[in-house]
Amino acid sequence: MSANGALLHVHDLRVTIGESQILGGVSFQVREGGITGLLGRNGVGKTTTLRGILGLVPRTGKVTLAGEELTALPVHSIVQRGVGYVPEDRDVFGGLTVEENLRLAERADSEHRYALIYELFPELRERAAQRAGTLSGGQQQMVALARALLNASNRILLIDEPTKGLSPLMVKRVADALQRAAQIATILLVEQNLAVARHLASDVVVLDQGSVVFAGDVAALVDDPALARRYLGLSAAGSGH
Amino acid sequence: MSTIVLLLVTGLGLGALYFLVAAGLSLIWGLMRVLNFAHGAFFTVAAYAGFFAATALPASPWLQWFVGLLAGILAGGVFAVLTEIILIRPLYRRPVGQVLVTVGLALATLALVEGAFGSDPRQVTLPDWMNATTTLLGAAIPNTRFVVLLLAGLVLAGLLFFLQRTRYGLIVRAGVENRSMVSALGIDVERAFTLVFAIGGMAAGLAGVLGATYYGTIDPSRGTTMLISAFIVVVIGGLGSITGSALAAAIVGLLQQFLNFYAAAGVGDFAVVILLAGVLLLRPGGLLGGPAT
Ligand SMILES: Nc1ncnc2c1ncn2[C@@H]1O[C@H](COP(=O)(O)OP(=O)(O)OP(=O)(O)O)[C@@H](O)[C@H]1O
Ligand SMILES: [Mg+2]
Repeated sequence: MSANGALLHVHDLRVTIGESQILGGVSFQVREGGITGLLGRNGVGKTTTLRGILGLVPRTGKVTLAGEELTALPVHSIVQRGVGYVPEDRDVFGGLTVEENLRLAERADSEHRYALIYELFPELRERAAQRAGTLSGGQQQMVALARALLNASNRILLIDEPTKGLSPLMVKRVADALQRAAQIATILLVEQNLAVARHLASDVVVLDQGSVVFAGDVAALVDDPALARRYLGLSAAGSGH
Repeated sequence: MSTIVLLLVTGLGLGALYFLVAAGLSLIWGLMRVLNFAHGAFFTVAAYAGFFAATALPASPWLQWFVGLLAGILAGGVFAVLTEIILIRPLYRRPVGQVLVTVGLALATLALVEGAFGSDPRQVTLPDWMNATTTLLGAAIPNTRFVVLLLAGLVLAGLLFFLQRTRYGLIVRAGVENRSMVSALGIDVERAFTLVFAIGGMAAGLAGVLGATYYGTIDPSRGTTMLISAFIVVVIGGLGSITGSALAAAIVGLLQQFLNFYAAAGVGDFAVVILLAGVLLLRPGGLLGGPAT
């Protein structure tokens, strides 16, 4: 662990796809424990930041986890170092059953995690034999979260808009699940639903046009209408999508 | 009636050879999005490796045949793994480069085999039983047809078992759907790439030796013909689907045999192309396209 107690350091992350620069040097830190929000308007590069941390897109810059540099490693090694990922569009394996999706994410130490995920999402046990592609959006989100939780060596979970497109009831369940997850791993959470972000996150990092424009306490941002409007846009202010 | 039975079994036997080549092509495409034009070269090299391994051995014809079979499987697998590691791996994300190197490898292999062993077909010696026929519903069926069908059936069962029941099979099925999500779960997908090449190469190698058993000869260019038929089978069956390949291989083999016999030589092959065009127009994903099944 580094001196100031941060678990994840992102330094000068740059992503260029084709001709367009998507991230122009993103730097921030994620404190160990709890939930850090990664906010910003649509298209500012939140998803790309998460994918850049994992190495799913070609990038430059430096990413370290508990002092260990990850940047040169292949994706699967980065994940094996303890970085879990719940992608924006869930990316469940639609042709595989729920049980197979989970089995794929299983590690040697996953046994006791099954109890947790079935407690949070009993549907996953009931629908073990169902093809994940035929699940509802909310149920697919459960699979995606469960996959990340099954790996007990995950130290930080990168979770991208887990409440997107979900009913209010399901948003609540996902938020509860995130709160439980935050007790066993640090979470970097992309969340458009400001109410949810405000409720869950302690710190926030705000991106705008491919770089960090705000980093600090969630209340300082969200409770200041002028700041919130400036960084998150009118559409994001309030609770909506 | 007996002609129909003969054509049926012979067509299925031919389909079995197509399937053995197509299975690997299909998995390789499904998982890695690589069009492996070198797959016919695996077939050819295995056929010759099997031939020379068998003839080098002073043993009974059955033992020779069996040693040739193992040598062919081994040669196909080793050649495929080397191809993946040396030629394909450095070119991931460069599909045009991959097509070029695999086409180049196919041409170079053809030229080398021709240069070394000549372009004339060579007779293979088979155990007596394989030169004989068995009467089935009045038709005298060459026993080799049964051998080819049996082994291809075993390979199909083995592949399905691998895909459905093993961890690596699960990884392959998931990888066919979404490779980068598999690595985002901490799984080294590239190891599965090598494995899939090994499996595909061994199946093509088996086909190389069984092709020699089926036709009674080996020659340098049959691998190319097989490759073309196998590509058609893969597209009709659905890229990435093993069951689809098996089904399509049977259809293509039967269509060729029946039409070439009852219409005129060449009509069967033409009909296959029509079928291919029809599938591409009506079901672009193939008969059983989608996840690896
Ligand atoms: N593969 C790609 N090719 C080209 N442009 C891309 C690619 N991926 C992302 N972009 C562009 O990069 C920018 C940032 O995208 P990203 O998905 O990271 O934004 P985001 O903040 O997650 O947006 P949202 O809130 O809508 O999910 C967008 O303008 C997007 O169009
Ligand atoms: Mg996004």
